[in-house]
Amino acid sequence: MGRLRVAIVGAGIVGCAIARELSRYENLDVVVIEREPDVGWGATKANTGIVHPGHEEDPDQHPLRARLCVEGNRLWREWARELDIPIKFPGELMLFFSEEERKRAQRFVELAKRNGVPEVRIVDGEELRVLEPAASPRAIGAVWAPTAGVVNPIQAAIAMIENAVDNGARLLVETEVKRVRVESGKVVGVETSRGFIEADIVINAAGINADEISASAGIDTFRIWPRKGQYVVFDRLAQPKPTRVLHTVPTPITKGVYAVTTTEGNLMIGPTAEDLPPDRKRDTSTTREGVEYVLREGSKLLERIPPRRLVIKTFAGLRPEPTTRDFVVEAYQKPWGLINAAGTRSPGLTAAPAIAKLVAKLIAEELGVELVEKRGWRRFRRGIERVRDAPWPKLVELVKRDPMYGWIICRDEMVSAAEVIEAVKRIQRIGARVTLDGVRFRTWLGMGRCQGSFCRVATAMLLSKVLGVKPFEITLRGKGSEYAVGDVKALWRERLGERRT
Amino acid sequence: MVSAAPERIDVDVLVIGGGPAGLAAAARCAKLGLSTMIVEVGDRLGGIPLQCVHPGFGIHYFGEDLTGTEFIERLIDRVEELGVPYLTRAYVTELIYLDVDRKLARVLAPGRAIEIEAKAIIYAAGARERHVYEINIVGDRPSGIYTAGEAQAMMDLYGLMPGRKVLIVGSGDVGLIMARRFALEGAEVVGVVEIMPWPGGLTRNVVQCLQDFGIPLLLSHAVIAVKGRERVEAAIVAEVDKNLKPVPGTEREIPCDTIVIAAGLVPNTELLERLGVAMDPATAGPRVNELLETSVPGVFAAGNALAINDLVDNVAEQGELAAEGARIFIENSGIPTARWIPVARGKGIRLVVPQLVSGERRVKLLARVSKPFRRACVEIRELGIRTCRPRLMPAEMVSIEISPGSIPRDVEKLTLEVVEHG
Amino acid sequence: MGREVKRITCIVCPNGCEIEVVLESGRVVEVRGAGCRRGVEYAIEEATSPKRIVMSVVKCIDGDLPTVSVKTSRPVPKERIWDVMKVLSEVEARAPVEVGQVLVRNVLGLGIDVVATRRCRKVS
Repeated sequence: MGRLRVAIVGAGIVGCAIARELSRYENLDVVVIEREPDVGWGATKANTGIVHPGHEEDPDQHPLRARLCVEGNRLWREWARELDIPIKFPGELMLFFSEEERKRAQRFVELAKRNGVPEVRIVDGEELRVLEPAASPRAIGAVWAPTAGVVNPIQAAIAMIENAVDNGARLLVETEVKRVRVESGKVVGVETSRGFIEADIVINAAGINADEISASAGIDTFRIWPRKGQYVVFDRLAQPKPTRVLHTVPTPITKGVYAVTTTEGNLMIGPTAEDLPPDRKRDTSTTREGVEYVLREGSKLLERIPPRRLVIKTFAGLRPEPTTRDFVVEAYQKPWGLINAAGTRSPGLTAAPAIAKLVAKLIAEELGVELVEKRGWRRFRRGIERVRDAPWPKLVELVKRDPMYGWIICRDEMVSAAEVIEAVKRIQRIGARVTLDGVRFRTWLGMGRCQGSFCRVATAMLLSKVLGVKPFEITLRGKGSEYAVGDVKALWRERLGERRT
Repeated sequence: MVSAAPERIDVDVLVIGGGPAGLAAAARCAKLGLSTMIVEVGDRLGGIPLQCVHPGFGIHYFGEDLTGTEFIERLIDRVEELGVPYLTRAYVTELIYLDVDRKLARVLAPGRAIEIEAKAIIYAAGARERHVYEINIVGDRPSGIYTAGEAQAMMDLYGLMPGRKVLIVGSGDVGLIMARRFALEGAEVVGVVEIMPWPGGLTRNVVQCLQDFGIPLLLSHAVIAVKGRERVEAAIVAEVDKNLKPVPGTEREIPCDTIVIAAGLVPNTELLERLGVAMDPATAGPRVNELLETSVPGVFAAGNALAINDLVDNVAEQGELAAEGARIFIENSGIPTARWIPVARGKGIRLVVPQLVSGERRVKLLARVSKPFRRACVEIRELGIRTCRPRLMPAEMVSIEISPGSIPRDVEKLTLEVVEHG
Repeated sequence: MGREVKRITCIVCPNGCEIEVVLESGRVVEVRGAGCRRGVEYAIEEATSPKRIVMSVVKCIDGDLPTVSVKTSRPVPKERIWDVMKVLSEVEARAPVEVGQVLVRNVLGLGIDVVATRRCRKVS
């Protein structure tokens, strides 16, 4: 067999991880097909960003989740180092507030043993406060899981796709896969909004829409419904900022609310868990009730919560909840060539690198494709050098190297013109569309306390110059979200034009 | 490779911010014979007035009614005539307090990394705007939501039209003026939503910005949510009760493609906060003494970085006062004063600056009332000094002067309060 | 033409008096509710021939900013504001522009100029 054409549906964290993993192999020709103008714009950009230890997954109920979560936690350390992904491993404290909760929490220590999660144990109130002074004084103890991490999930997806493209994979954005085409029991490609794309193997990593994609190929074994999670983010200077990941003891109904300090240094609290009907797969609106709930739950976890006026952002994401409860990562003989990487609810982010490894294994073992390692496969990728994170001597050097590093566009997050320009180059290199959101996610521009009220217009002007387009053609996130409707006299010209004709 | 070394500049006074406060401060410093430098983060000197094409600037300071642009061009001329050096697109990454006579600012500018050592700092970095997430607006997050300042910069600096059908949130002067700007440039302004039962801006602006153009003002209303996928499609507006909470059942949809948030300004204080300067929760700016010195010796604050002002004239005056303070500070390695007397906020007073006075110098206190009063005075209780107005409005600051030597020795604090009569 | 009552919110001072100007065949016959003489004068002017300074921006070619801000040198009759804006939508200035520079002379024959209120420096 010669080179196999592999189409990955969806450029979320799972699709990007798979692309990166499959880009290792000489005999796979990988294309990632994404509906949005850029990668990671579904659940990937709007979740808690936790690399779970794996002690909350019951292997009897969902064995794949349990196995891939633990393996994923280990892989993230490797991948983050290789791909220069913002990540930290501060450990996690599951706080309990009553003897009844302590009993329920005990179960997670046992699950940790069964799943092979190291060093998970119960700590008493005293040790809890040593581990985390910002924890609520009402907590009587916690389950301590030191291997928990916090990652910047959208930057992780970006890093993975950059590395994949660097190794020969391709990305097609603004291309919606309508269905998988199957002929004579074999996958032959995907029908998209931009026409038919031939493929020998189709990997369904379509997140919230993975059930529809799978069903179109004849595998109608699961449904996915959206579960909304709302979050609040506080100003970087707001206190307290817990060192550890804090959360409540999960109940059968909810996994509980987290309080984390993000990789960017903001206190973030969330999520809610609101099941939506299957037809609301794009409803990422926030609600007053959701925001209030999250703030209330957060105030249970922390000794105190910052004042409401220090909230700089509220947002919501949709987690893909499968009817199977467990992940659906499997290959099929009929139709041959379809691989599902679906149902990737929590801990989908944690599991992503492990899912990618499993997909490669399925290709080899289930589809019988002998995978040939690429010579000269590039294992490493560097992130954009950040003014905010650089000590002064480093800044002096950066500015000498590239004068644009001295021009700060975003005052809160200290993002320079050099970083913006580099982000644009990288977006173009992977074949995505340049948007204000795409630049924001790569540079963290406009993510601070002024939320872009100073820097957005300056960025639009800079992008217009770099791209050679009108500033009002710059979009927030693709067609229909233009930053402005025209030049300042556009409405008058319209009026006068109307009158003349 | 030899590691690169930063440039080095030494000055008496470093002015952070090249808007009205900073320019006025720098000009006065130069006249006082102090070597001075301005660092401005924007593309040009001028700050926010550069994008204010409307009049109402300079009536006190220049004795003329100027547009914001004209006002600031005059201040820029003054600074340029005095030959004060300045950097634009220059950003202070860090302020370090070395000792009482030396502060170090690490500054980035295109192609340059500079360490500026100054004896005194005048911090005049202006304000930032409250944005959609700060005022509890929920729902979707599409394109078409702007702060008033962003919309103003788009239109009046960069020549971009933000939208066609506009809803303004907040009826302070900024919101009112933006309503008129949008209307003049051909947009349909569907309304101005104000959460309080009274307009936030001057009557003059209610008349000339809204009534002139037939723009509805919705008092005691709030925008609670945004609807729209790619672009704003509607705002969900509700009436609010006395506690400013939305009244259930009063929600309605106002179709629009643009929502402009004019919900007020907050002093831009991040650098001061990182320096450990004591803050006043009432102003959200630093606590200062009568020469506008913060709790860190030799670091002064002026303009909207100190407290949100309603007149640029006051801002420029504060810049000059801070310059005087810097001179006194540099001459004496500190501000010579027997004692600092705190100024407390009493009944009806939302904020007051400065927060500390000595009684040794003439001081103009600027205060803002918490709600409208008719026929009332702002009074310093311990001194019996008062400023009376037929109408006291939160939109307009009240000033009240204390003469040197007028504070008795046994007075340990001053209390500013509103006294109603009749 | 009969009797007409115009309601004017006074802007002379923060009092904001609600003034009524009674007109008969376009002539002022009575002013009610004003708290002072200046208020009376303002209300009459507003009721009979209201005027406003018009301010805006126009395009500036080769400038450091793409626009230059402008205003009318004197107040324009209120009913002509839209006509002035119409003219401004087609005006293009060329850098350099100085503050006070006339960009439209005698706009609409009103005897009023449109002048620049911000500098626009030339960039090559």
